[in-house]
Amino acid sequence: MELNRRDMVRDTAKLLFLTPAAAWFLDKLNGSEAPPPEPKYEMAQHYWGMTIDVEKCIGCGNCVRGCAKENNVPAHFFRTWVEHYEIDGFPEERPEVTSPDGGFDGFPQSKHEGWKSFFIPKLCNHCEHSPCVQVCPVGATFETPDGLVLVDKTYCLGCRYCVQACPYGCRYIDPEKEVVDKCTLCYHRISQGLTTACCEVCPTHCRTLVDLKNPKDPVHEFLRTNSVQVLKPHMATGSKVYYRALDQSVR
Amino acid sequence: MKEAAHLFRLAGLFLAGFIFFLVLRNAFVPAGFGKYGHFRPGALDDIRAKPITFAGRTTCEMCHEDQLKVLKTGKHIIVSCEACHGPQSVHADDPGKTKPVLPDTSKLCAQCHEANSAKPKKFPQVVTKDHSGGEPCKSCHTPHSPKLS
Amino acid sequence: MYPNEVELQWSILIVLYPFITGLVAGAFILASLERVFRVEEVKPTYRLALLTALAFMLVAPLPLQLHLGHPERSLEMFLTPHRSSAMAMFGFVYLWYLMIVLVIEIWLDFRKDIVLLSQSSTGLLRLVYKAMTLGSDNISPRSLAIDDRTGYIITVIGIPSAFMLHGYVGFIFGSVKANPWWSTPLMPIVFLFSAMVSGIALVMLMYIFSMKMKKQTLDMRCVDTIARYLFYTFTIDFSLEMLDLIHRIYEADESFKSLDFMVHTKLFVSQIVVQIILGTCIPLALLASAQVFKIPAATRKFMYITSGVLTLIGIFAMRWNVVIGGQLFSKSFLGYTTYKMEFATREGLLTAIVLTVLPFIILWVLIKLLPPWSDNHQPSALGGQHG
Repeated sequence: MELNRRDMVRDTAKLLFLTPAAAWFLDKLNGSEAPPPEPKYEMAQHYWGMTIDVEKCIGCGNCVRGCAKENNVPAHFFRTWVEHYEIDGFPEERPEVTSPDGGFDGFPQSKHEGWKSFFIPKLCNHCEHSPCVQVCPVGATFETPDGLVLVDKTYCLGCRYCVQACPYGCRYIDPEKEVVDKCTLCYHRISQGLTTACCEVCPTHCRTLVDLKNPKDPVHEFLRTNSVQVLKPHMATGSKVYYRALDQSVR
Repeated sequence: MKEAAHLFRLAGLFLAGFIFFLVLRNAFVPAGFGKYGHFRPGALDDIRAKPITFAGRTTCEMCHEDQLKVLKTGKHIIVSCEACHGPQSVHADDPGKTKPVLPDTSKLCAQCHEANSAKPKKFPQVVTKDHSGGEPCKSCHTPHSPKLS
Repeated sequence: MYPNEVELQWSILIVLYPFITGLVAGAFILASLERVFRVEEVKPTYRLALLTALAFMLVAPLPLQLHLGHPERSLEMFLTPHRSSAMAMFGFVYLWYLMIVLVIEIWLDFRKDIVLLSQSSTGLLRLVYKAMTLGSDNISPRSLAIDDRTGYIITVIGIPSAFMLHGYVGFIFGSVKANPWWSTPLMPIVFLFSAMVSGIALVMLMYIFSMKMKKQTLDMRCVDTIARYLFYTFTIDFSLEMLDLIHRIYEADESFKSLDFMVHTKLFVSQIVVQIILGTCIPLALLASAQVFKIPAATRKFMYITSGVLTLIGIFAMRWNVVIGGQLFSKSFLGYTTYKMEFATREGLLTAIVLTVLPFIILWVLIKLLPPWSDNHQPSALGGQHG
C-alpha cells in the first residue's frame, strides 16, 4: 500500500505523541525517573521502640562496632553493649556476667561448659516515664513526641545527674565534649526511613526497630504472641525495649 | 515610715535584681524552647542532621543484583551486606570513587561462627582451628552462599 | 558492672558540697536558737554563727561549678529550670536562703555597726561600708527596733528555709530510684540532722578557737549549752541512721547482699571505723559523759574539742559513704568498682582541700569587716544587740 501524505502526517503525529508518553510510562515502570521530593518526617506518626530476641543473639559484637562507627562513639564508652551471662542452675544466686569492652571484640569462650549461658544486648530503653529526663535540671535531655529520649549537647551542663538516675547504665560522659551522650536510636537514620545501625548489622535479626504507632508493624503481633519482658520492670520506667525469652536472672 | 526607709531601699535592690534576672531570661533562653516539651526544638534538627555511615541494605541491592541472587540461595540472605562489608555510605553516594576493601575471611567469619556454649544451639558454629586446620574459610565456603553442596 | 558504670560520675567535690551546705544549715540553726527560742546562753556565738554560715554559703557553689562539664552554662538552671528536677529547684532554694535569709539577716543585725564603721573608717574600706549601708545612715532606736523585729521574722522564716536547704540536698539523693543506697525517704531527714550536728560542732569549735585567739576566758556556760544541743541533735541523727541500717538488714531486699558486702569491704574503713566508731560513738560517749558526770571545766573543754573534731570528720565520712559508696557498686548488684581520686586535677584532692580551707579565709575577712564581738564582753557601740 502506498503511504500518502496524510497517512504520513498521521503516523508521525502518533509517533511524536506516543513516544514520550510511552517513555514516561516505561520510566515509571522501571523507576528511573527523577526521585520524588523526600516526604517530611512527621513526629506525630511514629512511636519508636525496639524488640530483642535473646535466643537469637550470638554475641558477635556487630551491633557494638556498628553503633560506634555510625555515631562516633568514643572508645570504651557504649551506646549499646552486650553482656554474657553464665548461670549454674539452682541456687541462681549469682550469675557470672562479663562484658569485655562491652562486647566490642566479641566474646571469648564461655568459662563454664554445662552452665546456662546466653548473651544480652543492651541499649537505652527510651523509657516513656524516663527517670533520667525527670532529673535533668535544665531540659538538656528530653522525651520527644515520637518516643525517643535524646540529649541536646549544646545545652547539657555535664552535671551527671541523669547518669546517676538511669537504672540501666546506658549513659556516659563524652570525654572530649564533657556532656552526656547515649543511644539516640539512630534518629538521624530512622527519620529518613532507614533502620538503626545496630539492627542493620545484626546478622541474626535479634534486634529489630519497631514503630509502635504503625498498625502494620510486626511488633504488634510479636507482643501478642511472645513472652516479652523489659529490664527492671519494677522501676516502672515505661521501657520500650522488649526482650523475648529474657531469663529472670538478668539485671 | 522614715524609720524603715532602709528596708525599702533593700526591697528596691532586690526588685532591681529580679528585673535584671527577667532581662537575662529574655536574652538567653533559646528560641522556641518549650515548643514540644521542656527542651530546645533545634536539638531535634541537630540530631536528625547527623551524617549517615551505613547505607542500608536496600541501597546496596539497588546495584548489586548479582550478589543478591547468590545470597537468596543460602542462609546468609538474612545478613545485611554491611554487617560483613562494613559501612558503605561513602561508596553508595559515589560508587566509582571508592572501591570498598573486601573483608578478611580468616578473621571475619569466626566473629559469628566460632563455637561458644552461650550461642543458641541451633546456630551453626565450629571450633575453627579443629574445623579448618588454619585454612581460611573462603577456601571451601563462598561467603554469599556458604553451605557446601 | 555495666560497661558505662566503671568510672565514677560524682567525685570528692560532690562529697564536699553537702558537707559545706550542711555546715551552713547547722550553723544557722544554732544561731536561731538564740534569736527565736531565746536560749540566752549561746548569745556569744550568735554573730559568729551567722558569719560562719555566710562564709561557707559563698563557697558552696564552687565545688559544683568545678565539677560541671560546662560551668559556663550553669545559668541555664535559673533560666530554664526543669520543674521536675530536684537539682533545678535547689538552685532557687539556695538563692532564696543566701539572699533572703543570710544576707538580709546579717545586714539587719550588723546595720548599726556598718553605719558607724562607714563614718569612722577611711579610704577604700569607707567606700565598702558606705555601699553596705545602702545610703541610709539612720540608726535611731526606732529604726533599730524595726530591724530587730524584721530580723526576728526573717529568722523564723529562716529556720524552715534552712531545713529546706539541706533537706533538699538529701532529696536530690533520696529520690533517685535507680540507686538503692540512696533511695530512701529517710535521706533528707538524715542529711538534715547530720547537717545540724556538723554545723553546731563547727560553731562550737570556732567559738573556742576564737576566744583562744583573742586570749579571752571561755564562757563555759555557753559552750556547755552548745555541747548539750550537739548531744541531743547527734542522738537523733544516730537513731535515724541506725533506723535506716536496721531496716535494710531486716527487709534484706535485692540490693542488700551487694550493699552489705560493699560496707564490709570497700567502705569498711570509711563507714565502720571513721563514721560510726570514731565519728559517732566516741563523740556521743564524750558528750554523754559531760552531761552525766561532774567533770572539771578544763577537761570538759578538751572533751568538747575532741568530740567536735571527731564529729566533723565523722559527718564528712558520712557524706563520703553516701556519695562515693553509692557509686562503688553496680546497679546490677553483681559487681564493684573503685574510686580513683586524683590529686592536682580539677576534681582532685588538692582542689577539695583548697575548697575546705577557703571558707575559713573568707570567714577571717568577714570577721575583720564585720566584727562579731565588742573588744570586751561589755555591750558597746560596736557590740550590737546580740553579742
